[in-house]
Amino acid sequence: MGSRIEILNEAGFRSDGRRQFELRDLTIDLAKHGEADGSALISHGLTQVLVSVYGPREAKMRSHTFHDRANINVEVVVASFSTGERRKRQRGDKRVLEFAATIKSTFEPVIRTNLYPRSQIDIYVQVLQQDGSTLQTCINAATLALMNAGIPMTDFVCAVTGGVHSTSPMLDLSTLEENDIPHVTVAVMPKTKKVVLVTMETRLHVDRFEEILNLARDAGAILHQEMKEAILARSATLVALAEPVTKNQNKGDDDVVMD
Amino acid sequence: MRPPSPSIPEKEFLNSALKQNLRIDGRIPLDMRTPVFIFGPELGWVDCSLGKTRVVAYVDAKMVKPTPERPFEGMITIHSELSPYGVQRINSPRPSEEEVTITRMLDKIIKRSDALDKESLCILAGQRVWHIRLSLHFLADAGNMVDCACLAGIVALRHFRRPEVEVIGDDEVIVHSPLERAPMPLAIHHSPFCFTFAFFADPETPPILDPTQLEQRLSAGLMSIALNAQKEICVLQKLGGVPQDTEEILRLVKVAVAQAKELSNTVDAKLTADWATRKVEVR
Repeated sequence: MGSRIEILNEAGFRSDGRRQFELRDLTIDLAKHGEADGSALISHGLTQVLVSVYGPREAKMRSHTFHDRANINVEVVVASFSTGERRKRQRGDKRVLEFAATIKSTFEPVIRTNLYPRSQIDIYVQVLQQDGSTLQTCINAATLALMNAGIPMTDFVCAVTGGVHSTSPMLDLSTLEENDIPHVTVAVMPKTKKVVLVTMETRLHVDRFEEILNLARDAGAILHQEMKEAILARSATLVALAEPVTKNQNKGDDDVVMD
Repeated sequence: MRPPSPSIPEKEFLNSALKQNLRIDGRIPLDMRTPVFIFGPELGWVDCSLGKTRVVAYVDAKMVKPTPERPFEGMITIHSELSPYGVQRINSPRPSEEEVTITRMLDKIIKRSDALDKESLCILAGQRVWHIRLSLHFLADAGNMVDCACLAGIVALRHFRRPEVEVIGDDEVIVHSPLERAPMPLAIHHSPFCFTFAFFADPETPPILDPTQLEQRLSAGLMSIALNAQKEICVLQKLGGVPQDTEEILRLVKVAVAQAKELSNTVDAKLTADWATRKVEVR
């Protein structure tokens, strides 16, 4: 390998051409898995995750139900082709299990589970492509999928990763950056600005941490805007498609004009 | 099968006591149980207890061939299993959620944070390195096994002494028994200590440090911070649970920083005291 890739050069550009606080290209598709009650395919740059939500529905195993609320079941599958090198993951892989447990406990205080006793809400996460910030993408996708499924939640959950390169903080890290600098993933509820999830696995000094925590929290609010727009756009599309039906209902027509 | 939930009187008693800043075992909310260390006759054997929670950590070293990808580094593996005697276990082949959490935390705190210098474990590059094995046995669970296990692990690693090795020429390695030459300590860069806080659903209830089993079960969220005495955070985990303001989180980080400093001094003192009782004659 030739020269080392600079994380942040003097002109203030990162290795992929972004500025310090610039987030990657965000694409949201809420119509990918039509059979599921709700689905979301989201990509932050090259990191792509598909989340399908089923529920609330009857629980498969009676022993897992709660008498007063719904049980949330999260299963995560990381595709073996998702990273640069093909790697098959075992079913009981502790990292993946922890991932699923993390997502479950993130949404537990947010989903209004007390409205659906003795039911189950299944969240199936499929990580299709990994280029850093996988947990961030999974949480955002799960939020959108749950909204798409019409499951009542107290607020959005918007996640973003933050990192510090010597003293410069930056947001939405790619794999290259994640391997090099200490980073933290923060999931925040935008209305109250309260933090649901914070996870950091790399060493960082307390003072730097304070900076990046506040920065990531504020960045969550920006993502909220994008996610809200996507949901509203999808809802508008669905309403428009249903319009011919609702319009002609009183006429008693059997034929329905659909565009 | 889920473990039985705490009864309603227990739940109500705990919640109303906590609202008045009282904990059932008499501590104040941000008070940690004093750790008690019992060092075994062997170096690297430590029984650590936080109140009634007991974890035994044991370190041993083996000489092995290194992996081809990293010929200059030794290896460290952590083996932790929740014994059915000490812990309420659900009969299932899959590890329980708690077991996964503990194993992952230990992995992150001890391995990922590079507490132990792996390059110093190299004996002969590409051929022989030390493989350090840390085994943890959970004897009793009175809440907060993660902190106890982490503490036991780090103290055991610092307590352990590996045999001295001499390399002659290019391929001859002589391992000296502890009777011939004094064994060497492991090269530990920094000692991370873990602190777990528990949050409750009621916003009037303050967060508590080092929860007991009942407090842990009734909590609505946990946050674990692993940091060292140099004010560096190694791991910070708040995996869901009650949402908190960033100010609250930072306040608790400061509490953990103060605790880490104190704990670091305690551990240093205990290790020095134990080392003084062992006769190491230098001839």
